[in-house]
This record gives sequence, C-alpha cells and structure tokens, in this order.
Amino acid sequence: MKKLFWLSILALIIASLFTSIVLAQQPVPTPSDDEVNHIAHQLYCPVCANTPLDVCPTDACRQWRDLIRQQLAQGWTEDQIKQYFVQQYGVRVLAEPPQTGFNWLIYILPPVIILAGAFVLFRALRMWTKPVPVSAAPGSNQDALKDEYVARLEEELKKRY
Amino acid sequence: MIDSNPITTRNHRGAPPPIWAQIIIWVALLGLLAVVYFELNRSQQGQIGPGDQVSNFSMPLFSGYELNGQSQIQLSDFRGKVVMVNFWASWCKPCEQEAPDLEQAWQFYKDDGRVVFIGADYVDTEPEARAYLAKFGITFANGPDMGTRASQLFRIKGVPETYFIDQQGVLQYAQIGPFSSVDEIKSIINPMLK
Repeated sequence: MKKLFWLSILALIIASLFTSIVLAQQPVPTPSDDEVNHIAHQLYCPVCANTPLDVCPTDACRQWRDLIRQQLAQGWTEDQIKQYFVQQYGVRVLAEPPQTGFNWLIYILPPVIILAGAFVLFRALRMWTKPVPVSAAPGSNQDALKDEYVARLEEELKKRY
Repeated sequence: MIDSNPITTRNHRGAPPPIWAQIIIWVALLGLLAVVYFELNRSQQGQIGPGDQVSNFSMPLFSGYELNGQSQIQLSDFRGKVVMVNFWASWCKPCEQEAPDLEQAWQFYKDDGRVVFIGADYVDTEPEARAYLAKFGITFANGPDMGTRASQLFRIKGVPETYFIDQQGVLQYAQIGPFSSVDEIKSIINPMLK
C-alpha cells in the first residue's frame, strides 16, 4: 500500500513535468491586429500630435505598432508594454495621464466644476422663479415707511418745481 | 434732500456665500490660472538658443556605441570639450541626408580629442535604429533619448536638429534641419576650437 502511494506520487511528478515542458514548447499565437490596436489606441507618439497610435499613418508609429506586436508575441502583458513605452519615450505617450501629482487636477477639476456650475444654476433658477422679499418680516412697518418715503419725495419734488 | 431710506423693494438676491468659501473659491481660481499660465509659457518657449547655458543631462548609449567605454554619459563629463548633440531617428528621411556627413566630420575630429559627437535617437525603436546606424556606418557615440528627456531639455521641434555646445557648456549654434555638407559642420566647430 505504501509502495503504491509513492509510485502514484512519482507518476504525478513526472506527468506535471511533461505537461510543463509541452506547454512551454507551444508557440505563442501571433497577435491579431485588434490586440495590437487595443494597446496602440492607449498610446500617442510624441511626433504625431493628437493622433492615437492605432490610426497614425507615419513610419514612426508603424514601427511602434510592430514593436507592440513583437512584445505581445513574447507574452508581455498590456501593463508591461505600456510601462516599457513610458520608460522609453516618457509619460506623455499615455492617452490617459497617470493619477499622480498635478495630473490629479485633470480628474478632479471637471466634476468639481460641473457640480459647482449645477449648484449655481440651481440657486439662480430658484431665485428667479421665487423672489423672496428680504426685509418683509411679519409685523414690520414697511408700508408705513414706504408712505412716509413717498410723501417726502413728493414734497421735495414740489419744492424744486 | 433725499436721505437714504430703508429698503422697501423686493430683493432677489440670496445671502452671499460665507467669507471662507469666497476665499477658497478665489484662491483655487488664482491657482488654476497660475498653473495654466506656467504651462502655456513653458509650451510656447522656442528652442534653446545660442548663448544659453545648457543644463546637464544624462543618457544611455547603445552597446557598441559607447564613449570611452562608458555606456551612460552626462554632458558635464565633457566640460572643456566641444560637444555636438545630434537628434535623429531611423524614420526620418532628412536625417539620412546628413548621416554620412556627420560620420565624415567625426572621422575628421575624433583623434583631436577636443570634440565629442553624441547621437540622440529620438522616438525610435532599437532594431530600426541599429539598422540605420549600420547602414550609414556611424561610429560615434549614440543612444536612445530615454524618456525624451534630452529632446525636451533642448525643446526640439523635430528631427534632425543639431546643437553645438562649447567648452563652458554654453550653446553656440543650433542647426535646425539637415546639414548639406561636411564643410558646413566644420565651419561651425572650427571657430569653437580656437
């Protein structure tokens, strides 16, 4: 029984060894254009302003796409490829700047400005539709004051004309 | 005389925001304007020009294109020498026009010991860059403009661009576009050696 157990363990080790060898020998399939363009779309070549790498027609960008294809074929992950491009050509190649330092402003400011604008608009609309008498406190002598003011105004006008 | 009267009209304005909120809003607005100003100012600066002190920078070199056995160089290493920094790329057709002239000029000066040529490969891929260097038989020091740091320091607008830095680290001449002959390159370097 004990012998059978050890034989099973040995068979398992040999089987796993063969499996890993076979898997390692399998060639990585050639990456499709879609796979390359998926990553290329997230990158911008500094030479071609405002043109994503996946649609840029220049030689420089074609070379970059070929490089991405090679890296994918070698089994690199999307993050590894993007990291390589940042290291080689600077952070400005990224379509989406990393969320560090001043770059945070890009992510924070637009929603803050939109919310602030919505708040201001909401307040303005409320005030336009429902004007509130500021000094019309209940029980005030506003009408009396108004009459007095009008009377004095008329008196002044009479004096002048 | 009509003196000031109590307000009897209807006021359509709500209470103003508290003073602390106003201060925060104004500080944030001014800060934002300052950032925009500095960024615009920086982006609209032209290339560095003759007479400007060139800031120190470092760059790696391709294997086989090292300088005095060094695979990583710094501009400050060459204080006391005339330094030529040429920005190029394998995809750049005008660069091909001047490549043989640059190599010929390097062959002329390399034994002198007072001149250093550095090629900075701009936004390029290494296999294509190496093929380009081999095609034109380039032998002077060359390396990738890693992270486009050197090109940003010189604020280049494209390739080829070539910068001549004197013994004190001051830029003496900037060539925008390709050279048309070896003599043109010599006519820039020779006065700097006197």
